[in-house]
Amino acid sequence: MSRRDALLQLVTLALVVAGIGWLIANVADNLDRQNIASGFGFLNERAGFGISQTLIDYDEDDSYRQVLIIGLLNTLLVSVLGIIFASVLGFLLGVGRLSRNWLISKIAMVYIEIFRNVPLLLQIMFWYFGVLRNLPSPRQAINIGDVMFLSNRGFALPSVSFMDGAGFYGLALLAIIVTAIGLRRRARKLFLATGQIVAFWKPLGIVSLAVLLLAGAVAGLPFAADIPSLRGFNFRGGMSVIPEFVALLLALSLYTAAFIAEIVRAGIMSVYQGQREAAAALGLSHNRALSLVVIPQSLRVIIPPLTSQYLNLTKNSSLAVAIAYPDIVSVFAGTTLTQVGQAIEIIFITMMVYLLLSLLTSWAMNRYNARIALVGQN
Amino acid sequence: MKKLAEIFAASAALTLLTLLPVRAAEDTLQVVQQRGYVKCGVSQGLPGFSNPDDKGNWNGIDVDLCRAVAAAVFGTDEKVKFTPLSAKERFTALQSGEVDLLARNTTWSMHRDTALGVDFTGVNYYDGQGFMVRAELGITSTKELDGASLCTNLGTTTELNAADYFRTHNMQYEMVAFEKADEAVSAYNTGRCDAYTTDQSALYAQRLKLTDPKAHVVLPQIISKEPLGPVVRQGDNQWGDIVRWSHNAMLNAEELGVTSSNVETMKSSTNPSIKRLLGLDGSFGANMGISNDWAYHIIRTVGNYAETFERNVGKDTPLGIARGVNALWKDGGLQYAPPIR
Amino acid sequence: MSATWQPKPARPAPTHVVGVWGWMRQNLFATPGDVLLTIIAALALYYTIDVVFHWAIIDASFSGTDRTACLKEVQGACWPFIEAKFGQFIYGRYPEAERWRVDLVYLIGFVGLVPLLVPQIGWKRANVIFMLGPFPIFAFLMLTGGAFGLVAVETTDWGGLLVTLVVAITGIVASLPLGILLALGRRSEMSIVRSLCIGFIEIFRGVPLITVLFMASVMLPLFLPDGVNFDKLMRCLIGVALFSSAYMAEVIRGGLQAIPKGQYEAAAALGLGYWRVTGLVVLPQALKMTIPGIVNTFIGLFKDTTLVLIVGLFDLLGIVQFHFTDASWATPETHITGYVFAAFVFWVFCFAMSRYSIFMENRLSTDRD
Repeated sequence: MSRRDALLQLVTLALVVAGIGWLIANVADNLDRQNIASGFGFLNERAGFGISQTLIDYDEDDSYRQVLIIGLLNTLLVSVLGIIFASVLGFLLGVGRLSRNWLISKIAMVYIEIFRNVPLLLQIMFWYFGVLRNLPSPRQAINIGDVMFLSNRGFALPSVSFMDGAGFYGLALLAIIVTAIGLRRRARKLFLATGQIVAFWKPLGIVSLAVLLLAGAVAGLPFAADIPSLRGFNFRGGMSVIPEFVALLLALSLYTAAFIAEIVRAGIMSVYQGQREAAAALGLSHNRALSLVVIPQSLRVIIPPLTSQYLNLTKNSSLAVAIAYPDIVSVFAGTTLTQVGQAIEIIFITMMVYLLLSLLTSWAMNRYNARIALVGQN
Repeated sequence: MKKLAEIFAASAALTLLTLLPVRAAEDTLQVVQQRGYVKCGVSQGLPGFSNPDDKGNWNGIDVDLCRAVAAAVFGTDEKVKFTPLSAKERFTALQSGEVDLLARNTTWSMHRDTALGVDFTGVNYYDGQGFMVRAELGITSTKELDGASLCTNLGTTTELNAADYFRTHNMQYEMVAFEKADEAVSAYNTGRCDAYTTDQSALYAQRLKLTDPKAHVVLPQIISKEPLGPVVRQGDNQWGDIVRWSHNAMLNAEELGVTSSNVETMKSSTNPSIKRLLGLDGSFGANMGISNDWAYHIIRTVGNYAETFERNVGKDTPLGIARGVNALWKDGGLQYAPPIR
Repeated sequence: MSATWQPKPARPAPTHVVGVWGWMRQNLFATPGDVLLTIIAALALYYTIDVVFHWAIIDASFSGTDRTACLKEVQGACWPFIEAKFGQFIYGRYPEAERWRVDLVYLIGFVGLVPLLVPQIGWKRANVIFMLGPFPIFAFLMLTGGAFGLVAVETTDWGGLLVTLVVAITGIVASLPLGILLALGRRSEMSIVRSLCIGFIEIFRGVPLITVLFMASVMLPLFLPDGVNFDKLMRCLIGVALFSSAYMAEVIRGGLQAIPKGQYEAAAALGLGYWRVTGLVVLPQALKMTIPGIVNTFIGLFKDTTLVLIVGLFDLLGIVQFHFTDASWATPETHITGYVFAAFVFWVFCFAMSRYSIFMENRLSTDRD
C-alpha cells in the first residue's frame, strides 16, 4: 500500500470518527439541555397498553421488554408464513410462466406484471381498507360449518385443548416421524445400492394407522375443541386470526410471489437445453424431467436471489404499522417510542433486530446453498 | 519530513472537525423576531382544533392560540406558519427547534412535562377521553363495552387510559392502534371496531368525517382527565411566558367583556383591569420583551377565549360542543386566568 | 434430353399443426392434463374479467358532484370521486394559481429526459450535465418560490404525484453518485475505507426503509446542533437517498466486477492513475452495463416512495388516502376506486420503466456480441 493510500485512509477514518463524534456530542448536548431521559432502563418499566395479537402471554402489567418480544414474534410469524406462501405461489407462477400451455403462461405473465409494479403499501391498504371492509359484521358472520366464522373482525377458528393422556398421541407422532426417517434412509440406501425403488408411503401409512389406533386404545380421545361463539360484540373462545394479519400476509405473499416467479423462471431457463433433451431421451416425461433434472439444477441459480427476496419480505413486513398489525415497528418503534419518548434507543434496538434477522436468514440460506452446490458438483 | 507533514495534515483535519462550533441555544423570542414569523406545530387535521380548509388556510382553537402568540409578538396574527405533525413526531419537532410552539391538542401529563424536555404553559381546552359507538348498538354507557374492539391512535395517552379503564372494570377488549387518526377512523367506519376512543372533543370532530354522522353516538362518560395545552421547550422561560400569557390574556378579556368588536371603544374604558390588559397602564409587555399593547393586538385580531371557542368548536359549529368545564371559573367552569397586575 | 431434377412440392403440414385449430392443439390442448388446465384457467379468466368489467364500466358511475352519484343499488367504481379530486391528487395543496410552475417543471423535465433515454439521440454528455446541474436548481427555485417574484410555497403544501416524483427523482439523482463512491470504496484495497463502506451498505440494506424514515423524522433532529433543522420533506429525502444509495452501490459493484481485469491493467499500463482509470475506463463501461440494474433499483425506489405517507407526507397514495375522509364522498366504493386509480398511476410508471430496462438489456447484449 502506498503512503498516499495510507494517508487517505487515515483522513477518511479521521473524518468518520470526527463526524460520529460530532453527532454524539450533538445528541448528548441536546438530550442534556432538554433534560430528556436516556438509557435502556425503560425496558423494565410497565407497558400498560393492550396488544391485539400476542403469541405468548401478555397483559398490561408486562414490561416494554415483553412488548419488544411480542412485536418480534408477530414480525416473525407473518414473515415465515409469508415466505412459505410466496415461495409456493411464486414457484407455481414461475413454472407456469414457462408452461407450454399458452393460456397458463399468459395468465402468469399478467399476474407478475401487475403485482410487481404496484407499490406494496398500496396493495396492503387495498386488501385491508378496500377488500376486507366488505366482510360482514360479527353478527352476520359467514358461518363455515358452525365452527369457523369469517367477519370483519377476522377469522374465528376452533382451537384444540389437550387433556390428560394427550401425551400418548405425542408419543405416537414421534414414532411416526422416526419410522418415516428410517424408511426414507433405507429406501435411499437400497436405491443407491441396487437401483430398486422401495415402497415408502404404503408402509408408513400402515405404521401410522397402527400407532394411532394403539394410542386411541390406551388414552381414548383426550381432546376438547374450543369452538368460537358470538358473545356480546365479538367471537370468544377458539382462536382468532385478526384481519390486519390476513391483509398483511395476503399482500406480502402475493407481491413477493411475483418476484420469486421471475427468479424461478430465470433459474429454469439457465439450465442447459441439452439437459432437458437428455432427460427426454432417457424417456422421462416432461414433468418428471422438470422435477428430477431441471429444477434441482436450477436451484443453484435460484437460491441467492431468493434469499434476498426472503429478506425483502421480512423487512417489508414492517409496513404493518400502516394497518395496525402489531409487529415490532408498530408496538415498539410506534407505541413504545411515543410513550417513552426515547427515540434513539428504540430506533437503535429496532434496527439491530432487523439486522440480526437479515444476518440469520442469509447465514441459513448460505448454508443451504453450500449444500446444494456440493451435491451439484458430485 | 514528508511523513511528519502527512501526520500533521491528518491531525489538523481531525481537530478541525471536532472543533466544529456547536451553535449555542439562542432564546426563542429573538429567533422568532429575526425570522419574522412564529413556527407553530399543529395536528395533521382535526376539525375544531387545527384543520386546513381546501385552500390550505388553517383554523381551529389551537390555530387561534398560535395566531394569538403571533399577534402578541408582531402585532398581527398573520405572521405565523403551521407545521402539521403526527403524534409521534410532535415532541421531537419541538425539541429540535423545528417549531417554536406546539399547539396540537396535546395532553399535559407529568411524564411529558418532566422527562421530555418540554414545558406545558397552560390548558386551552379541558378534555377527557370518551368513546364513540354505532347508535344501532343501543349502548348508553362505557360499562357495556365488555369484549369490544377499540380503534384508536397509536402512541397517545388514550391507548393507556383505555387499557387502565378496562382492566379496572374487569372487562375484555381488543386494541387496534393506528399510526394516523384518519386510518383509525376509517377502520372504525368500516366496522373493524365497535368503538373509537380518543379525546371527547376529537370524537365530535372525527364524527363529522363519517359516512353518516347521525348513526354514531358519543357516550357521555369520560374515563380520564385530558388537559390539552400549548407546549414550549424547557428552559426558555421568556418564550414560555409569552405563550402562557397570550392564552391568559384571552381569558382575562372574556372575563372583562372585551371582544374583538368592542376592543377599540374599550380603549377609553376607565376600568383599571382593562387598561392594564390593553397596555394603557403598566409595562407588562415590555417585561416579556414585546410591545405593551400585545394583548390589544391579540384581542383585535383573534378575539377573546369565548370568541375563539364559539367560532371553532362551540354550539353553532358542526362540532356543537357546549362550554361545560371550559367555561370561565365564575360561570362554574375550570378556565381561570391569573390577573394581569 | 436433359433431366432437371424437380423437387416434389412440399406436402402440406399435417392438419393438426396448422391453422387456428392446430395452434390451439399445440398450445392449449396438447395433453389431457393441458386440456383440464386450459379449461380451469379459461373459466377463472372469464370470471375475473367479468367481475372487473362490471365493476369498472357497467356498474360504475361516471358523472356526479358528490357521493349521491355513487350510491346505486349495484355500485361499481365511483369515478366522479377521482374526477373531483384529480387536481389534489396531482398537486396536493399546492395553490391553484401557482400550479403552472409545477407543470413547467414537469414539461422541462420531460423534454430533458426523453432524449436522454433514446440511445440514438446524441448530446448525451451535455444533456446529463443539464439534467444534473441547472435543472434541479431550476426545479427547486420554481417549486419552492420565494425568489424572482414567485410566491413562496411551503413544502407542507406539496402533495400528490408532485411529492412522489420529487422524492423518487431526488432519491435517484442523489443515490447514483453516492452509490458509485460506495461501490468503489467497497472494492478498494484500502482496508479501512472498505470496511466503512461495507458497514454502511450492509446496515442500510439490512433494515427496512420505514425505520430509516422514522430515524429521519424523529431522530435526525437530535443529531443536529441546537437550532439547526431541516424541513420534513428534506429529512425524508436524505433518508431515502442514503437508503437507495446502499442498493445502488451493490448494483454498480456488480458492474465493476464484470469488467475484465485486463481493462484495469491496460489502463494502468498507459500510465493512468486510479481516478483516471476509474473515471475514464472502468466506470463508463460498468455504468453502461448496469443500466438495467439501475433502472430496476429506480423502480423499487419509486414504489418505496409511498412509505413517506407513514411519516406524514402526502405522496400520491397519501393524498388519495387523505381524501377518503371527505364525508361528501363517503361511499362503500370510494376506497377501492381510489386505490385502483393510484395503483394504475404507479403501474404505468413502473411498467414503462421495466420495459425500458428490458429494452436496454437487449440492446446492450447485442452491443457486446
